[in-house]
Amino acid sequence: MSVRTKKTEAYTLANRPPKESWGRHFRKYWQLYAMMALPVLYYIIFRYLPMAGNIIAFRRYRAGSSIFGDEWRGLDYFGQFINDSNFWQAFRNTLLLNFEYLIISFPLTIILALLLNEIKNVRFKKVVQTISYLPHFISMVILAGIVRELLSTSGPINNLLTSLGFDAISFISLPEWFPTIFVTSGVWQGIGWGTILYLAAMTGINPELYEAAALDGANKFQQCLHVTIPAILPTIATLLVLNIGQLCGSAAFEKVFLLYNPTTYETADIIGTYVYRMGLVSGNFSYATAVGLFQGIINLVLLTAANWASKRLTGSSLY
Amino acid sequence: MAKAKTIDTSKPMKIKESTGYRIFTVCNTILMVIICVVMLYPFVYLVAQSFSSAEAILAGKVSLLPVDFSVDTYAHVIQMQNYIFVRNYANTIIYSILGTVLALVFSCLLAYPLSKRELRANKVVGPFVIFTMYFAAGMIPNYVLMTSLGLKDNVLAFVIPSMISTYYVILMRSFFETVPRELEEAGEIDGLSMWGAFLHVALPLSKPIIATMTLFYLVQYWNNWFDAFLYLSQQEMWPVAYQLRNLISTSQNVQDAAEALSINANIKSCAMVLTAAPIICVYPFIQRYFVQGMMLGGVKG
Repeated sequence: MSVRTKKTEAYTLANRPPKESWGRHFRKYWQLYAMMALPVLYYIIFRYLPMAGNIIAFRRYRAGSSIFGDEWRGLDYFGQFINDSNFWQAFRNTLLLNFEYLIISFPLTIILALLLNEIKNVRFKKVVQTISYLPHFISMVILAGIVRELLSTSGPINNLLTSLGFDAISFISLPEWFPTIFVTSGVWQGIGWGTILYLAAMTGINPELYEAAALDGANKFQQCLHVTIPAILPTIATLLVLNIGQLCGSAAFEKVFLLYNPTTYETADIIGTYVYRMGLVSGNFSYATAVGLFQGIINLVLLTAANWASKRLTGSSLY
Repeated sequence: MAKAKTIDTSKPMKIKESTGYRIFTVCNTILMVIICVVMLYPFVYLVAQSFSSAEAILAGKVSLLPVDFSVDTYAHVIQMQNYIFVRNYANTIIYSILGTVLALVFSCLLAYPLSKRELRANKVVGPFVIFTMYFAAGMIPNYVLMTSLGLKDNVLAFVIPSMISTYYVILMRSFFETVPRELEEAGEIDGLSMWGAFLHVALPLSKPIIATMTLFYLVQYWNNWFDAFLYLSQQEMWPVAYQLRNLISTSQNVQDAAEALSINANIKSCAMVLTAAPIICVYPFIQRYFVQGMMLGGVKG
């Protein structure tokens, strides 16, 4: 279906630049190197130094000691959290919430993109797009506030329930409702924005393909199935794989942090919030760092695998 | 599939729409209208609450339009605790501008050299930068570093953590790569230094990406509250998003019986409306720049 062009060789032997010495190279490009000096320094101090700071997962850290801790403890802290049921609860919730959000929002986003693509009136399409992208730009604080207001005992959802003869539900304090709230609010906020990459892929489809399909007798539904979907399949595959790579991440940290409370920890506490409470509330810095490092390593492995898989599948990766 | 079907392209083709497709179009339009309503309703509800009386809200009377319309809540929110909300609002504006300017400068200074293939160190610097997308230090080591640098209760603690987004740097690098090398070379022949070529050739040609990045960073700083939560203890220094978070979450653990005792819903809604207003009002007009930025990122995807 897709036409693969032969890779053009950018550097043949003839036009490869002659090798120059490092000294000459620096003298020639010193200005560019000077440009990147500050940002690189930023990365060293604020990205890599804290990475090295993860060493306190193996060393005892107390307020006031060096950022690298003061005494070796080996794998003590890892042993502690592995035997802690609260950690496993957070671990399970992280995977579950991410997974539930993924399997619900991912197909819905694709469906919305396909439906948007069928709108012929350009102005109407623009309006729908503009409105559906809007929630993406709202602060998580406001999202959480909206959720709390809508679900409060005097809010519209409970009004609807009581007018239909049901009892009011205090959604926010019931653990069994947390995943639903989490996923629904996530879909509300992310579905519109999520369609952009698919719509971009769709605008790249050659209209002649549709004409040809129509001449062959394909109706609109069949055109969608045999032209549109194959065309966005690489995008779908890439995004799916990369989303899977983030299944153990705490991207939803802020949302959970703003929406959970002790009565819903059971289904709401994720690794990020657990790390926060253990480290910054209870002051077990080393313990919390060990948990965070554990999550970071899982993420690293998953993302590397996902990116590799994405490259193999579609020849493209996001990073 | 027909092998040799000649298509007469001289006449415009007319494809008849089936009845089924027409029904689909109608349903689709209705569905899209419903989606728009669902997307907008929460905002409408907030606005309605913010103009209503607390009693009407508690009685469940407010659903679409304000009940007992008054602007007193707005006056109250603005005046409460010696105009703290106004103070926080001003902070947000200052922090957002400061943060965005710094973020743009740093991101450009990194993305531009990274876009130069002839720069040998990029073989190291590129992966060095990209690795941070795969592995990030956790919350605790970051916190320990910031506090040990003495940045607690310093505006920089709010600005620094999100100052360079690696993802945005990569977007910018991709864009800079599309700037024709010949133009810069021409400039250099005319006596421009590499800095000059960057400032006078590459940057003016990169206005679209700069506009997009400005907006991304502005929104990011406008919405940020967590770094303030971690590092800023004085109320006078808070950005408005963090003040808002405290207004909203006071009732966090007393959801059931004591809800009435917590801050009134109209006050919360009013604070939310005020905080979100600039983004909601400006957003429709600049939406295309955001989308453009996403598209740039999507080119590779």
